[in-house]
Formats: sequence, C-alpha cells, structure tokens
Amino acid sequence: MSDTIILEPKNKSAAPSSAAKRGPQTVKLAETVIEIVSDSGEGAQRCGQSLASIAAKMGNGVWTVEIIPAEIQPPARSVAGASGNRVRIGTRPISNGGDEADLVVAFNEQVLLGRVRADELKPGCIILLESMWRTDRNPAVVASYTATHAQLMEAGYRVYEIPMEQECRKLVSDPRRGKNMFVLGMLCRIYSLDLDLGREQIAITFGKKDQKVISSNIGLLEAGWNWADANLDFRYSIPAARATQPQLVVNGNTALALGVLASGMDICAMYPITPATSVSHYLSDVFERVGGLVHQAEDEIAACAFAVGASYAGKCTVTVTSGPGYSLKQEAIGLAVMAEIPMVVINVQRGGPSTGQPTKGEQGDLLTAIYGSHGDAPKVVIAASSIEDCFYSVITARKIAEMFNMVVVVLSDTNLATGQQPFTRPKFSESWLAPPFDQSEVADGSKPYDWDRVTGLARRFVPGQPHGMHTLTGLAHDRDSHVAYDAVSNEDGLRSRSLKLAALQKTLRPPKVFGGDSGDLLIVGWGSTKGAIEEAVERLRAEGLKVSSMHLQFLQPMAPGMKEIMQRFGKVITVESNWSDDPNDEIIDAENRRYSALAMMLRARTLIDIDCWTEVRGRPIKPGTVAEAVRAKLQH
Amino acid sequence: MTLEATHCLLRMYEEHHDLEDYQGGVPRWCNGCGDNAILAAMQRLCRDNDLRPEKTVFVSGIGCSSRLPHYMRTYGFHGIHGRALPVAEGIKMARPDLNVFISTGDGDCCSIGAGHWIHGIRYNMNMTMVLHDNHVYGLTKKQASPTSPRGFKSNTTPRGAYLDALNPLNVTLGVQNVSFVAQAVDWIPELLYDILTAAYRHRGFSFVRVIQRCPEFLPKVFDPWLQNPQKTLVLTHERGLRLSANLANVYKNQREHDPLDIDRAREIASLEDPIPVGILYQDPEVPCYEDLRHAGQLRTADYVRAGLEAEFDKFTVWPAEKEQSKPAA
Repeated sequence: MSDTIILEPKNKSAAPSSAAKRGPQTVKLAETVIEIVSDSGEGAQRCGQSLASIAAKMGNGVWTVEIIPAEIQPPARSVAGASGNRVRIGTRPISNGGDEADLVVAFNEQVLLGRVRADELKPGCIILLESMWRTDRNPAVVASYTATHAQLMEAGYRVYEIPMEQECRKLVSDPRRGKNMFVLGMLCRIYSLDLDLGREQIAITFGKKDQKVISSNIGLLEAGWNWADANLDFRYSIPAARATQPQLVVNGNTALALGVLASGMDICAMYPITPATSVSHYLSDVFERVGGLVHQAEDEIAACAFAVGASYAGKCTVTVTSGPGYSLKQEAIGLAVMAEIPMVVINVQRGGPSTGQPTKGEQGDLLTAIYGSHGDAPKVVIAASSIEDCFYSVITARKIAEMFNMVVVVLSDTNLATGQQPFTRPKFSESWLAPPFDQSEVADGSKPYDWDRVTGLARRFVPGQPHGMHTLTGLAHDRDSHVAYDAVSNEDGLRSRSLKLAALQKTLRPPKVFGGDSGDLLIVGWGSTKGAIEEAVERLRAEGLKVSSMHLQFLQPMAPGMKEIMQRFGKVITVESNWSDDPNDEIIDAENRRYSALAMMLRARTLIDIDCWTEVRGRPIKPGTVAEAVRAKLQH
Repeated sequence: MTLEATHCLLRMYEEHHDLEDYQGGVPRWCNGCGDNAILAAMQRLCRDNDLRPEKTVFVSGIGCSSRLPHYMRTYGFHGIHGRALPVAEGIKMARPDLNVFISTGDGDCCSIGAGHWIHGIRYNMNMTMVLHDNHVYGLTKKQASPTSPRGFKSNTTPRGAYLDALNPLNVTLGVQNVSFVAQAVDWIPELLYDILTAAYRHRGFSFVRVIQRCPEFLPKVFDPWLQNPQKTLVLTHERGLRLSANLANVYKNQREHDPLDIDRAREIASLEDPIPVGILYQDPEVPCYEDLRHAGQLRTADYVRAGLEAEFDKFTVWPAEKEQSKPAA
C-alpha cells in the first residue's frame, strides 16, 4: 500500500477560499467518526469539542465521546494516557458515538496505540500522525516511533505523517499549546467545514482571554487549513440540513444543571466526585443568577442531609453525586423516604464497585437506586437516555418528588455526562417551577401523616404553618408523627409509603416500541444506551430481521403494559452496560447465572424468560456490537 | 440578612405565649437525667423570647438527648445519628426566617458526627446547638463515648476506657470562624437558662456544652462538684454572665473573663477541675454563611426565566433564517 505520504511542506500562503477550488475531489459522506488523541493537557479534547460545535452549527448531527485517562497527568507518550475526543458527525441526527473510527489524529504514536489496542479503529482507516518523533533526540523514542509506524503500515492503515509542531512553530513560540487549533484547521479543510465558524468558535472558546490569544489561535487554525489544503489528497463533506428550530448544544452534565435551573429548585448540595462534579461546576457559576445556590458540603453524607433539611423546610433540593457518593448518602435517603420528604438525587454513574473506574461509564447502580438504603425504602427511579432527557428529567423529578413527597433518583452516566448532542432549545414554561411553599394555617387537629387509604398520599406540613407543629422522625411513627412501634402503625406506614409508587404507576403510559409492534426479538434498554440500541435495530431491520426495541424511562415504578408488549415477541433481551454472567462460562448454568440489573427486575415483574446481553468495557456500547449480539441470539 | 416573604407575616401581630405552648409529650427520660433540666430551660427561653412555635424548629440526631424535639410543641426534626447539624444547616439555608435549635449528645456530636461539628462551627450559621454531654452512651445502654473519663468501665470498655477524654470546648475553640462557646452544668438551672439565652441572642453559631448527669450509667461522677460549689468556676463579665446576688453567695469562685479574649478562653477551656461555667468566647462580628450566600433576590418566575434564557443563549445554534434576529452576544 502506498498510502503513506511523507510530506514536505510546500511554501504556500494562498487564502483558504481560493484554495478550495482546486485539489482532489470531495467525497460525500452520510456520516463519519473522527478521533483526536494526545497526551493529557495537549488540548485534543478542546479540539474535538470545537470540531463538534462547528459541525453542529453547520446543521450536522453530532455526538461526542470524551476519551479520558483516569489520572490528571499520566506519563507523557503512554498507551494508557490517551486523552481526547471522539466526534461522530452525520447528515441526520446522531444518537451515539458509533462504531470504529474512520479517521484518527494522534499527537504521538503511543496514545494512538492505546486506541488501536482498544479496537477503536476501523481497518484501513486514515491516521494523521505527528511526525516530529521520527527525528527526536532520544533514540528510544525514534525507535518506538518508526517501529509503530511500520506496524501500522503493515496492518494496512493509511498513515499520513504530518509535521504539526514544525508548522506551528512558524507562528508561535510554544507549539505544544496551539497544535490543537492547527489540527482543528486541518479537519475543517478535510471535512469542508466553514472556516468562519471555526474562527467564531475560537473567539467563544478563548473569550475570557485577551485578543492576542484569540488572534494567535485563529492564525494556527488558518495555518492548519492551508496546510491540509496544500498537502492532503482527500476531501470529504457531510451534507448538513440546518434545523428549523434553535438547537442547544451542551453535554449531559450541563443539561442536568440547566434542568436544575429550570425546575425551580433553589439549592443544590453536593460534594466533589467524578464524573458528577461538572454539573456543580456549571451550576456554581450560574445558579446565583436565578437566585439559587450550590452548597459544597463537608462530605457526601452532609450534602444529602443538607438537602433533606432544606427540602423539609419547604424547598425541594437536589444533591448530585456518583457511585461511591451515592453509597454514602444511603442513610439520609432512607430518612427522606421514612419521613416523606421530597428530594431529588442525581447519580451520574461510573464504573464500580468501590472507586472502580471514575472516568468511565457503566450502568451499575440500577438496583442500588431502587433498593438502596435499608428496610423497605420505596423511591422513584428514572433514567435519562439522551442529552435532552438529562434536562427534562430533573424537571420531572422535582415535580414527582413534591407531588408524592418522595425521593426521586435520576440516573445518568459518564457517557451522557461528557457527550454532546444538539437538541431543540426548550421553550420555558412556568409550570416547570415549584409553587411557593405553603405557609397557610393548618386546621386544628390535622394529622401530619394523614395517609390516604387508596393512594398512600398525605399532605405535608412545612415549618411556618400554624397548627402544623409536629416532630418528624426517622423512627416508625403513626399518623400523628408520634414514635410508634406497634404492629398496626408500622404496617400502616409501610403500606402507605409503598402505595405511593402504585399511585404514580397508574399515571404512566406504556413505553413506545421502536421498530415493529411484534417480531422475533425485542431489546429492552434504559439510560444512555438508547441511541446505540435504536441504531442497531435500524440496521437489523434493514437486513430484514424482525427486531424492535423498547427503552424505559421509569425504572421504579415501571410503566404498565410491558408484559403485553413482550408477549408479542419471540425473544426478549435486555442490553445494558453492567455485569451479567456469560452463560458460556464453565460453571455458569441456568440456576446460578447472574442476570443484568434490568433483566432481573423484568424477569421478576413479568415472569417472562428474559435474557440479557451486557458489556462493561468502560466505553459506550457500539451499535455494531449490539447488532452482532442480537444476530447471535437469533441464531440460537 | 435576607428577607423572605414570610417575614412580613410575622410582624403583623404580636402574641403572648405561656410555657404550656411549648410543652409537647411527657419526657421519657430517667428521673434525675440532665436532659430534663435542658428541656425546662429551653421551654422557658422560648416563652420569654416569645418565639412563635410554628417558626421554631428543634433538630436532633440520635441518642437520649435527641429525643428533646418530641417534648417541644414546636416543629421538630428527629433525624439520624450524627447528622443533626447538616440537616439544621439545610433548614436554615432554605429558611433563614426560622429559629433553629439543635440538640445533640456526646456520641452524636463528638463521635459519629464529629466531621459535621467542625464544619458547622466554620459555617457559623445563625442557630444554637446544645451538646448534652453526659460522658456516656445512654440509649444503647452504657458504652464509652469520646468524652468518657479514662478508666471508665462500660460494656465496650469492661477494663476501663483506654484513652483520655476529648475536650469539646478546646475542639470548638480551635476551629476557624468560631463565634460563640459556652459551658453550663445541669445542676445550676439559673445559669443554664442564662447561658442558653445568651446563646440564642448571639447572631451566629452558638455552641453550648452542658455537662449533665446520667443517673443510670454514671451516677456519681459529678458528686464532688455538686457537693462543693468551690469546684465550679463561674465566668462573669459585663459582656458575659452576671450573677444574681443569691448565686454569687453560693458560687464564690468567680473570674472576670472577657469573652472576646480567645487565648484566655482556650486556657479556661482546658480546666477540668474546677469546671468553668459561663461564656468562654463570643465574637459577634463573624459573618454567617447564610448571609454570605443569599443574594436577597426574590425568585419570581420572570427572574428565573430571564436567567435561564440567558444561559440557553450561550449554547444555542440558531436556524439560518433567524440568524439576523438572534440576541446580541
């Protein structure tokens, strides 16, 4: 293969616009997957995010996936240290990170190897590799580079060695900072993106810095464009259809924070934890502008107890965390359940157990969310399945929490947290906001837990309401909120708290089926896997297979009508990103196999022999992988 | 401080309250338990300051001390072990218009809740915390607490407690932003009442340690102090406690102590015999966390909407035909 082109930079200073008229033919693509990887701190993430924003502004569908090493400063040039971004761009809306990459930009060969070994590259894909290592002073680096380069060539990749740093040095003294914008310029040229949008993006990105920084980066952007224009022999375009409605382009954590603003909640109590913290970073910056505040508590327990206190006092409060923090909050969550205090808990899931994989995604907390805390502690659990969903889930959660005096857990995960996808800009509605808290007088003799016999609901008395005085307690209590250990009171309380879930369930609609109403196989999913599952279903149906999917927003309580839907399919499997035993493992059999979380829940609820397919690789599930798994299930 | 809409309601009418207006159920503490004295002083304090029962919340954790809210006829929050402080902080942050009191014990505060204690002092929110310190776990039947004397034989230390007792006054006085520290004993009810009143009137986080008897599990430990008034050192000052003539006659071991003097306060805090009683430290100038955090802006729907739309604008990609009409950046 003669695709390796060691390019000598040509002396070229033509304006980008005139250059676009010449050069190789532009190939139209329906979609493509691009990765930019570097050592941590070299700006590949910023490059990827900027690329996604530009494409989104062109009207393309985009989805981004962050590639994050667990350490803040992993050793330079290490396989495990790959940091960057995957950007999938398409003509149609994009709902997931896609399969293997079509083009990879790598700032050194080691981080590239990380992606190769993780099977993230399409066979024969284009690699744009920084070439400076070929002439490095350290012979070991040169040896490693040349060997890796030779291997990649051998393996059939189209490797283009590019003197990125050398080119940048013509413009700036420290090319290590700024190389990313040079790369952005190259990518804009390769994918025929609007260079003006690139300049605009740089102005936004560096808006807080002075004009010099902006000008210097725009210079690098243009240099990248010109270089690609003069030296690369391929061009693509991904036709875009600009949306007719204004679109918001944010990641899932920003969407959650915007949801908090829009929900009318005033207080977020939190403790820093990856990957949830960026919700609070953004909220800390903007919450006070709408009269709210973020309280960074001394620990996760305090954050949750603070939220319980504020909610009790009349202002439904949110606490945001991830796995280990969620475990620490369990006792206080139990208190809120027992005392029937509305509260929203957001869990941006990461790999577990214990410290697990802080920067990588997993759907491992479903059962903890449903059954967490001790004793029978019914709470509502909903899961966001897209960036847009992150926004609306918080509003829904606050409303349910206050209507039913319950804890509502919102599950997101790393994939949504750092993924970006445009969605229609929400139209503000006053109904999103919490009503002012009730300070009216309570009729004398009213009981603070006057549980309705049918629904279990009771009106809550808030401090400040005359005649509503009572002592709320986490102990078993009767309708007067008096500590009561007698059998009747205990069961009265347990029954009422449980009934509220049924009352909520009665208001839910059956989930929609994606694909056909009946068929050979139904995939059931929840959370961030929605995009990948539905794309897999589309591909399988295009092959003529009778496969559909159903995605659950409510995990506790569960929507009605699901059993009836499942019975219209030959097989039902869940697709999840949590652990399940492989039935092919030597000692695993039908009796001891541990099913994935949703499968376990659904089997118990429907008595249908639901199977599961799961993957816990610390990365988003790919549509191609799901499709392959389904084909295999259909053959059995 | 922030004005809540509910503040105006408060001032529309004045009301007189009697002791019974603050009395809840019949206490189920042992006879002779120091908790009874604290409860009585609290009820008196509420009456004398005409606290509206519906605007008053007693928050507690778990333990004998933490049953106190059940015996008040105000709002009460009997939560979970060690977490009374963060709950109370949440209440105060959401509702600065409420009077917030915290009842906690030596296990609840100094052991399982020690982290929250340190940070509660630092937040300096305007509320009063009473540490019912009887040096033992009572509700769970006689285990050593962090303030148990060394050598104390309990169910978990059958050969005697191994470590020296923690001194809660020293700990409190060592934390940045401390603004009010006092000590009382359950067997001098007049001083207990005076100290709690000073704590309530202090604007900031008031920490009052009450040394109290547990007649069930540590019955005789304070007998020498009860029998000999000289073993009590009463701290007096024009900005602190002033003794009545009657009390001054009994408790002759007195010392002028300026509550603004933190170095002297730390020295006094270290005394074990005599036991210091009075206000060790008070600085009315320390800012309250809730005042620092509240913008004082009333949240109307329009206000939230304007803030939210401004955030949306930052992230919006406008359709081509509306490019002209998009708001200025």
